Amino acid sequence: MLHLVNTSPFESSDLESAAKYSAKDSPILLFEDGIYAAQAGTAMEGRVKEIMGDHPIYALKADLEARGISNIIDGITEVDYTGFVELVEQHKTASW
Amino acid sequence: MIVFRTAPYGTIYAFEGLENVLIMGAYDQDISVLFIDDGIYAIKDGMNTEGTGIKNFSPTFRALEAYDIEKVYVDKESLEARGLSVDDLVIEPEIIDASQVAQMMEDQKNFFIF
Repeated sequence: MLHLVNTSPFESSDLESAAKYSAKDSPILLFEDGIYAAQAGTAMEGRVKEIMGDHPIYALKADLEARGISNIIDGITEVDYTGFVELVEQHKTASW
Repeated sequence: MIVFRTAPYGTIYAFEGLENVLIMGAYDQDISVLFIDDGIYAIKDGMNTEGTGIKNFSPTFRALEAYDIEKVYVDKESLEARGLSVDDLVIEPEIIDASQVAQMMEDQKNFFIF
């Protein structure tokens, strides 16, 4: 199951719920405002790194760029739209 | 599986979720229903929306049985976090924990979160 998160971790619990209700190793894709969780140096960084212990995290490049976020947490994989589609092809999806 | 995770009146999501459940139920789809996070508030008993002018749709959840929808679950931790128990709900879902939810998600063919 691919978990799709498109809201900021500072205003919504979507990322936390995705982490809580997902099987280990199932990937999480951050897009739209969800990408703010990928930024390094925020109050969320420690928590995001914890989540990365159980889940690979991807972030959509176009949304990172649109929001001016270039310093992302080590280990988060940037994907372009083609990468997004490939992930969706490989998994069932849950949109939080 | 249809998942409720938002409170009933602040947004339209929970109501839309209920409509989806009833539509799929009417077409005899094999569906499961799950309440997590604030979705639990959609089935809290004792709601009286008269003063707000909004329809209280929680009693409609009692109709799930009539639609032969029997796989209805609620997340234990979400209930406890809100100081509620199944006695506080308009229906009696089976209580499961987060790891069981995760397993269910893997097992389900489709997953819609409201």
